[in-house]
Amino acid sequence: MTFTIPIENGNEVKNAEADSQRTLYPYVTGTSVVAIKYKDGILMASDMGGSYGSTLRYKNIERMKAIGKHSLLGASGEISDFQEILRYLDELVLNDNMWDDGNSLGPKEVHNYLTRVMYNRRNKFNPLWNTLVLGGVKNGEKYLGMVSMIGVSFEDNHVATGFGNHLARPILRDEWREDLSFEDGVKLLEKCMRVLLYRDRSAINKLQIAKMTEEGVTVSEPYSLKTFWEFSAFTNPTVGAEGSW
Amino acid sequence: MFRNQYDTDVTTWSPTGRLFQVEYAMEAVKQGSAAIGLRSRSHVVLACVNKAQSELSSHQRKIFKVDDHIGVAIAGLTADGRVLSRYMRSESINHSFSYESPLPVGRLVVRLADKAQVCTQRSWKRPYGVGLLVGGLDESGAHLYYNCPSGNYFEYQAFAIGSRSQAAKTYLERRFEGFKESSREDLIKDAILAIRETLQGETLKSSLCTVSVLGVGEPFHFLDQETIQNVIDTFEKVPEQDEEAGEGEAEVAAGAAPAEQGGSGDQDVAPMEM
Repeated sequence: MTFTIPIENGNEVKNAEADSQRTLYPYVTGTSVVAIKYKDGILMASDMGGSYGSTLRYKNIERMKAIGKHSLLGASGEISDFQEILRYLDELVLNDNMWDDGNSLGPKEVHNYLTRVMYNRRNKFNPLWNTLVLGGVKNGEKYLGMVSMIGVSFEDNHVATGFGNHLARPILRDEWREDLSFEDGVKLLEKCMRVLLYRDRSAINKLQIAKMTEEGVTVSEPYSLKTFWEFSAFTNPTVGAEGSW
Repeated sequence: MFRNQYDTDVTTWSPTGRLFQVEYAMEAVKQGSAAIGLRSRSHVVLACVNKAQSELSSHQRKIFKVDDHIGVAIAGLTADGRVLSRYMRSESINHSFSYESPLPVGRLVVRLADKAQVCTQRSWKRPYGVGLLVGGLDESGAHLYYNCPSGNYFEYQAFAIGSRSQAAKTYLERRFEGFKESSREDLIKDAILAIRETLQGETLKSSLCTVSVLGVGEPFHFLDQETIQNVIDTFEKVPEQDEEAGEGEAEVAAGAAPAEQGGSGDQDVAPMEM
């Protein structure tokens, strides 16, 4: 709801109340989501953390959800906006199911719908502060795409959000193959998530991996990655840095 | 049905539970020139008879492309038909824009039917006087629907509407069981043969009919006169002098083709109905 409140001095009209209704910065945020296409469908990984600024406040947030029969949505960014998006999609899927006519929303349709929503919100200067990953399989065709908070959208064989773009995608560019098996795909994702765990301060060691195939979606139980901190360089980390202590 | 005291308003019921204005609107459909639709598992063919006001004028367009995967043939008040076609195109393109995928035909047809129903329940409106044969393809297969001015819609394997459509329907009733597995070519041939039935004795020429096809891997398009004439030639064993009148005219079927002796038929049809 926006109101226009005329201010006395000058002919300016200021949307004072309206400002408080727009998203200006994110508060509770999720970090990277990484996703790849593999032989039978899509694999997506994300951790379960919700940061409140620099505090790792929430440690049980599911940032990946199944949408309809054919799609999987993962989100990073503002968690409350993600929940809002889930409400929009819920309504979309409900209406689609109510038709009951043999047609169903596929990942391409959901992705395009989300692109329209994100872009339109950005145009109103009231963005949904998320980067979304949309993957799915329909009629044997695999689909993986991404939408950012400003409405940039594209498809690819592997996508990542946030820090994942910088740390995970180089790994995927080197090591992704068209016909990855499920085990190899999981190993590849775990490799990416481990790097993120070491290097992203908002990552936590509790992740889920979601699998999307023609049969449906399965989201794994949360688990942790094994990490190794006994590198000799860690005993005296600043030995190489001049002037440091 | 005859003039009675309950037929002035669309919002007046008769004691026997009928809305006469709606039924009169359906009469308007029966006065228009014939339109035929048939479908197989993978294709839908829409065909119609080209009728022109006079020898001097072009014939009215009765088949419209709604989208690559949907076409519509109309019978009745063509002006109403044009407006509804525009609505269908709008719905289809809006869906494509939001979802980057084709609007399922069944959903379009329901919206169209709901739009028609509104006009049967407002005192300041009148029902649309046009019947629409909507043919389209979506992921659940090929579909053919008939939308009534009453707001009802039905799905068909094959159907014909408009004047002398009963002859075409009889022909289709004999053959429809085979349509599901029909090849594209056979389906087109059946459509043209059904058109011939409605002409009742007039020689079938390609200038008299418009035929459109859509199907799997084939977006909606009109068949050109030559193709139609070739199909006609396979079954019409008529001496050459009758054929040459329709041949050699390479115009697009939907364009301004002057109908020669073509659509004479009923001279007393109202000018707005075709």
